[in-house]
Amino acid sequence: MNKVEGQTGESLVRSGAKGRIFDVVFANGTKVCAIIVFLIIVAIMVSLIVGAWPALKKFGPSFIWSTEWNPVTEEFGALVAIYGTIVTSIIAMLIGVPVSFGIAIFITELCPTWLKQPIATAIELLAAIPSIIYGMWGLFVFAPFFADHIEPWISDTLGNLPFIGPLFSGPPLGIGVLTAGIILGIMVIPFMASVFRDLFEVVPPVLKESAYGIGATTWEVIKKIVMPYTKIGVVGAIMLGLGRALGETMAVTFVIGNADRLEESLLMPGNTISSSLANQFTEAVGEIYTSSLIALGLILFLLTFMVLAFAKYLLVRLTLKEGVRT
Amino acid sequence: MSKLKNIDAGLYRKRRIINLSILAASILTTLFGLFWLVWLLATLFMHGFKYLDLSVFTQPTPPPGESGGLANAIVGSVLITFMGVALGAPVGVLAGTFLSEYAIRSKIAPVIRFVNDVLLSAPSIILGVFIYEIVVVPSGHFSGWAGALALALIALPIIVRTTEDMLKLVPNTVREAACALGAPRWKVTVSIVYRAARAGIFTGILLAVARISGETAPLLFTALNNQFWSTSLNQPVANLPVVIFQFAMSPYEDWQNLAWAGALLITISVLVLNIVVRTFLQAKR
Repeated sequence: MNKVEGQTGESLVRSGAKGRIFDVVFANGTKVCAIIVFLIIVAIMVSLIVGAWPALKKFGPSFIWSTEWNPVTEEFGALVAIYGTIVTSIIAMLIGVPVSFGIAIFITELCPTWLKQPIATAIELLAAIPSIIYGMWGLFVFAPFFADHIEPWISDTLGNLPFIGPLFSGPPLGIGVLTAGIILGIMVIPFMASVFRDLFEVVPPVLKESAYGIGATTWEVIKKIVMPYTKIGVVGAIMLGLGRALGETMAVTFVIGNADRLEESLLMPGNTISSSLANQFTEAVGEIYTSSLIALGLILFLLTFMVLAFAKYLLVRLTLKEGVRT
Repeated sequence: MSKLKNIDAGLYRKRRIINLSILAASILTTLFGLFWLVWLLATLFMHGFKYLDLSVFTQPTPPPGESGGLANAIVGSVLITFMGVALGAPVGVLAGTFLSEYAIRSKIAPVIRFVNDVLLSAPSIILGVFIYEIVVVPSGHFSGWAGALALALIALPIIVRTTEDMLKLVPNTVREAACALGAPRWKVTVSIVYRAARAGIFTGILLAVARISGETAPLLFTALNNQFWSTSLNQPVANLPVVIFQFAMSPYEDWQNLAWAGALLITISVLVLNIVVRTFLQAKR
């Protein structure tokens, strides 16, 4: 009897010790995995800088504002790609922000309950479609349609306006900076709309109900209650969408036309950082050519990093204001 | 008195008109958003279904002008995606576990969370360049492994984020009850918390699969492409996204048709995965 008790006690102690060792192993194992995530970002940063170094050393800071991109003479500058990246993203935001805002208003304030889920799901499915599909559709379906029906109209009307006229004149090619921007806009809509919707839904119903109670219309409730309550989050969501648009590769590569010249008109082909990489990286010969492309990648990485950091900062401020959740 | 009443009526009408026009605009924007979804899917089905026949699944990619299918690309894609998830999921689940279970008062947890978000929003083509530099250049050739690694980097932050969120949904009382019975911490995590959050973790992994199965940019300079049958991950491997890219950009009509069939295949599988994930999550709630 005694012996049996002793044995179980001993094995209990033994298994307790084993448990403690396992505890340490498991806890540290999870920690190592978390640190791996950190190390990956550091490694990406270091490898981009190392890879870009020959080009940065050769061209110096003028790499950023030079418009030259000539593989034959090995003269490279980033401005054309940076310009294309930023302009396509701005066009995408001009389309994406108002539309996603409208969709979020519709889903949270107007939509009958039975229709809410199907519409929200449909919009989110739009976000799940791979970007290469948008690219193919853009190249074979949207670009020809755009060239035949929309672009002639744009260059006839907007092209003749003072100041902004030169932006909208040129032959109707279908592919170009404007087309790429529009397709990017369509791609960021579902993403931003779902973040906007989540934001609008955290507004306490009591606030909205009291505004309705004193006779405010739906729009007045949105403008005076929902928007002030969520404005930092809305800016954060726009920044997240912008980060997406800046880095998007395949959809843009299909429709932007891959031209390394700086064109005044938005209807002309151009290039973005990501489409330059996608089109030229495997074909690049010589150290300086490859290195210049990696330097472009480094600029893109820093750009999206800054946009994300700003978005995070705003969203963190929003949660601080919210106080502690219980 | 009557004048005041008139002003009020005018103001009221103005407010109502503004309200109605804004609401009408919001309905229009919703229709605008849905319009693209319908247009995209309609053309995809119209073009894709015509060329989607049995040979697509049985024949390898053809040279221009000959008949063929996408069999090697489908197999390669499945292989690379599977390997990518197999590499990314264990690290992702454990890192998510650290953030949710072990890092409650840890100083490094916010840093890891931020870095994870950076990785999540990093342009996928940059991850391709990174893997090109650390795997393809030293080994001297493109390979399926490089492609799988690049995809793992995309899957990793998604899995970290969803694992953390899902583990946090497990009520603390469950952990306390297990601890009170004398279970060591790792056992609480593995047999109690993981079991409770099983469906959620699995959903996160499925989401990652859906995301990486259509990724093209990081495969362009890692897995590259292969005209022939190859299941060795030490060589370039044919995969659907890159084949679609090459075939769609080519001037040959039969290649473009195959690209449509491939695009339809990818879209259907991604949408089905997403719908499965959604039903999973809804059942959980």
